[in-house]
Amino acid sequence: MAQRSEHILGGDQLGKLIELLARKGYEVIGPRLRDGAIVYDHIESFDDLPRGWTDEQKPGHYRLHRRPDEALFGYAVGPQSWKKYTHPADVRLWEAERQGTTFRILNNENKPEHPRAFLGVRACELAAIAVQDRVLLEDKYHDPIYNRHRGGVFIIAVQCTQAAETCFCASMGTGPRVSQAFDLALTELLDPSGHRFLIAAGSDRGDGILSELKTSPATEQDLQDTAAKVDAAAKHQVRSINTSGVKELLYENFEHPRWDNVASRCLTCANCTMVCPTCFCTSVEDVTDITGDHAERWRRWDSCFTQNFSYIHGGSVRPSAKARYRQWMTHKLASWIDQFGTSGCVGCGRCITWCPVGIDITEEVRAMREGGKNGNP
Amino acid sequence: MATTPKIDPMLPQPFVVHEVSKETPDTFTLRLDPEDTIKASAFQPGQFSMLWVFGVGELPISISGDPALHDRLVYTVRSVGQATHSLVNQKAGSSVGVRGPFGSGWPVDAARGRDVVVVAGGIGLAPLRPVIYQVLQNRKDYGRLVILYGGRSPRDLLYRKELAKWARSPETQVLVTVDYGGLGWRGHVGVVTTLFKYSRLQPARSVAMVCGPEIMMRFVIRELEGHGLSRDDIYLSMERNMKCAVGFCGHCQYGPHFICKDGPVFRYEQVSLLLEKYEL
Amino acid sequence: METLERIIAEHPFFAGLDGGFTNLMVSCASNVRFQPATYIFKEGDAANTFYLIRAGKVALEVRAPQHSPIIISTLEVGDILGWSWLLAPYQWKFHARAIDEVRAIALDGKCLRTKCEENHDLGYEVLKRFARIIEQRLDATRFQLLDVYAVKR
Repeated sequence: MAQRSEHILGGDQLGKLIELLARKGYEVIGPRLRDGAIVYDHIESFDDLPRGWTDEQKPGHYRLHRRPDEALFGYAVGPQSWKKYTHPADVRLWEAERQGTTFRILNNENKPEHPRAFLGVRACELAAIAVQDRVLLEDKYHDPIYNRHRGGVFIIAVQCTQAAETCFCASMGTGPRVSQAFDLALTELLDPSGHRFLIAAGSDRGDGILSELKTSPATEQDLQDTAAKVDAAAKHQVRSINTSGVKELLYENFEHPRWDNVASRCLTCANCTMVCPTCFCTSVEDVTDITGDHAERWRRWDSCFTQNFSYIHGGSVRPSAKARYRQWMTHKLASWIDQFGTSGCVGCGRCITWCPVGIDITEEVRAMREGGKNGNP
Repeated sequence: MATTPKIDPMLPQPFVVHEVSKETPDTFTLRLDPEDTIKASAFQPGQFSMLWVFGVGELPISISGDPALHDRLVYTVRSVGQATHSLVNQKAGSSVGVRGPFGSGWPVDAARGRDVVVVAGGIGLAPLRPVIYQVLQNRKDYGRLVILYGGRSPRDLLYRKELAKWARSPETQVLVTVDYGGLGWRGHVGVVTTLFKYSRLQPARSVAMVCGPEIMMRFVIRELEGHGLSRDDIYLSMERNMKCAVGFCGHCQYGPHFICKDGPVFRYEQVSLLLEKYEL
Repeated sequence: METLERIIAEHPFFAGLDGGFTNLMVSCASNVRFQPATYIFKEGDAANTFYLIRAGKVALEVRAPQHSPIIISTLEVGDILGWSWLLAPYQWKFHARAIDEVRAIALDGKCLRTKCEENHDLGYEVLKRFARIIEQRLDATRFQLLDVYAVKR
């Protein structure tokens, strides 16, 4: 990536960025407050952003609180991830109709109506998009739906200046500093000097947009302030996974008693897989209309926590909760590495926050390591 | 991957049902011919297709036909549920959707110059039949052919006429057994592993290909290793839940392997540690 | 008798047996032949012989009322038929029917039992070999019990 310079964008100018993108034909998606959580949805203007809110996250706990200031990105990640848009939960793959004794597929070019801009992509989320790119676009087959929904997205990344208690991106090497490809990157600075953003372009497209915004060059102080804030976000993280040898740890502990321990708590509700930004499993459903002449195939998000997931004639291969939890965690932290070259986990902490019983993946890894050969759970 | 014309692996192509013939009370062989506008796929022995019955559902079925014939795709299907029942009850002339072929094949190239040992249990003989055709049609490229086949009872045996024909081929030994004998059955009674002592196996020269229920494959592999075959010379075909067949839905994962992409055929060396694990 | 000795000595079951022991075996051995569809032994009969099958196929059967005989296993060339002669009450548990013409070497079980009691080294060698056969048959029977080809519902 060519060295591009950093600029300062006034806090009140963010709205101009949104308007500019809309004028250029992008549908802007960003964080909004709804039903007590910060979710991703269509953004019309600056006022739609959750200004002055922050989140309190713990295992099995998520609450929003008012901030003493008017920060626009003063929170971590909510229950949704960008896969809501790039890998949609409910997609009609194709339609078919009977024609005499045969049938014809009516291929549907399902793609978004407008090109999209994602505003507020955190470092962990950028890493998650890269992980899904590897799975869905860079392996033996390429998913055309993911390609249509993810390709061409204008990405405005945001570097976190604070961490939630459930965040552990620093230990996973995915943040809080943004390192993967983006079009624009913002870091929010809110201090006595004012409310502003450090902004940098990461692509030609980003350069183009930046050139149409009113910015001033970033000073040395601005750069130092930014670096300090991002470092602070890393240092504030209270959770971590020691990733060294974690693949072998899980492969070699298939019968560790800790699995029984976590199985006694896990409800197999599948929340973790729904909120996880890298989980990609889907299922396929064939339906017809009442005449039976018109058929459709739908693709829906699925979860390895369901009994049906592993069903072959006669029964499920993983009937127990223990086997299913083990499958998820082993895949996420170990098998993924053999399959795709990186961990499947980006340290966003969503699975910890949104687990109704507060199972903490970082704690499970620690317990397995410390349990050792004695098998103390 | 087999050479195929540019066809979207996510879209079923219509194939015409040429014939459905009954093999056993619950198992049928379907021959599907491509509609005129599409060329049939060549396939590697061991590969499978996703077969779609309009509006009912889609299933992974191993191709059981002759890989040298490119004008058709043949499948042997056991009727065990709604979707398979629907598939085997298709009438000649109706259309079935086909996606594929998918997956890894049996090592028919690596086995050239060596003895080929085919060990099949029940419907497991279906994905191995293409190997037998390949060997018999290229006889001088291979050493001895040993076919060991076990079924539940005499009426559950597949391809009985062909088994008798294959037994008459040169340098070929065919041994068949059933778990439950019946009136009039004068053949072996006992599990398929009991056939090994009657086979003339030369372990150092052999490549074994095993297919059947997972329990059966584990017993057979123990037997093969006991006879001195190395883990790199034993191949098996694994099965798991499959929805997309292209590595996206995640259902067919077996340890780190996707059975649709990395399998279904594996060298025993690749899966030896996985086979021991319960609920994997 | 010399041919019998060689056949016994070369049979995998007796591999590794001391020459002297083989002589003992041979003195209890004879050639036998069974016509197709005849019974070699029946359930309940006194068990005093075991057989090394040299040709043909034997079915081990169970009789049940209102049922045609159920074949639980077949044995053929190279297999050993019968171990009930080894342990009290020395009684056959199954029928053994010759499916086709069966040629075998019959070994006098009573004679062999006596010799094994007199010579425990011989007895240990014989028991080790039978233990191996029983283990293999048990494994195979357990596998058979699993009914792996049945459709699970």
